Amino acid sequence: MNLNFFKKIGLIVWKDIIVEFRTKDLFSAMFLFSLLVVVIFNFAFAPGTENVSQLAPGILWVAFTFAGVLGLNRSFVFEKDSGSLQGLMLSPVDRGVIYLGKMIGNIIFIFLVELVSLPLFAVFFNLSLFHLIPRLALVLLVSTVGFASAGTLLAAISVNTKAREVLLPILLFPIIIPVIIGAVKSTGNILEGKPLVETLSWLKLLTAFDIIFIIVSFLVFEYVVEE
Amino acid sequence: MQRNSLEKILIGITFLSLMASLYAIFFYAPLEATMGLVQKVWYFHLASAWVTFLAYAVVFVAGILYLSRKKRCFDILGYSSAGIGVVFNTLVLVTGSIWAKPIWGTWWTWDSRLSTTLILWLMYIAYLMLRTSSGEDSKGARLAAVFGIVAFIDVPIVYMSIRWWRTIHPLVFKSKGTEVDPAMLTTLLISLVAFTLLYLCLLRQRIALEHLKDELERVKEKIRR
Repeated sequence: MNLNFFKKIGLIVWKDIIVEFRTKDLFSAMFLFSLLVVVIFNFAFAPGTENVSQLAPGILWVAFTFAGVLGLNRSFVFEKDSGSLQGLMLSPVDRGVIYLGKMIGNIIFIFLVELVSLPLFAVFFNLSLFHLIPRLALVLLVSTVGFASAGTLLAAISVNTKAREVLLPILLFPIIIPVIIGAVKSTGNILEGKPLVETLSWLKLLTAFDIIFIIVSFLVFEYVVEE
Repeated sequence: MQRNSLEKILIGITFLSLMASLYAIFFYAPLEATMGLVQKVWYFHLASAWVTFLAYAVVFVAGILYLSRKKRCFDILGYSSAGIGVVFNTLVLVTGSIWAKPIWGTWWTWDSRLSTTLILWLMYIAYLMLRTSSGEDSKGARLAAVFGIVAFIDVPIVYMSIRWWRTIHPLVFKSKGTEVDPAMLTTLLISLVAFTLLYLCLLRQRIALEHLKDELERVKEKIRR
């Protein structure tokens, strides 16, 4: 097998998509979970018309963060329990390629959940954001890449410990503070209808985080999964 | 535990320098005009902050060395340094709060330095939790080394993002370029040296303890056979 770098990544991503398409349990769990967070926050904060634009970005990102952790955990626990992580290790690909493949898979799933949740979110909080969707999608994508790049590495770490799923949020949340801040601030700016220029510095920060974490994780991933 | 003469000297110097810094703080350094007695916590606060950063930097370097050389001693170095770092990090937070209450009128504010220190604390608590739940073998060492590297790289990004987050809100406490009394500066330097020595002392003990644990395991194995 002499596949090139990108084709190898594509195959790993495709494998995850097929598995998910057959079971659909990860997607539905993440989606329902983010919906539930929104419902709970509604009762906890009772956002009215006057403060909804201040609370909405925070609520949205708490929902996505928790749902994302759920997805990240599943992506490795499932592989580990079925022994398919071993299979991936045995396949003639670089460990970094496995990381990129898993990361892109995670980005796709989390991003899809976010996109599907967004309209419901708009309905529940009575926000008119349909004309803002291209901008929001950009912010969602850049933030999700950052979240998944650090998350995939840390999920691989936590699945190898005794504590397993419990450990992931503890490891992940302090690390992704910049992503949360950037995502909440940019989403807030967009919901307030500010021009994209004001959000640009946050997008730059998020992009920098993405690049740094993809490179660092790509380099160190082999030490995490090494048997 | 056997102690060689070098270690005894280190412990001795550490003790003397700590006493010297205490003396300097309470008898040599002048009383701050507006803040009064509570300002004296500043010397230990800053010294602890320095040791915290030093300890985490050592974790970072030890992590890289462990991954490239795969030697147990680097793992022990990183693990020991992280534990000590968390202790000093806690001291930074506590002494900072003690100072902040009378001066700022609040125990805590979400200022960029304070927030970053708290997040640092959370990160390295997570590091210790990761280390305990991943076992003593080489796998645990690898995972911890990776997390130690990632966490340290993340620190400047966290600091920057919180600063930007804050600048949008009004800054409550601006750092002024006030002139520090030379006697105060000397006292601070003595405290810095004393705390660095204390760190080295604790690190030495901690590493020795880990080696003893390894030794104990070996002996246990021998008896079992």
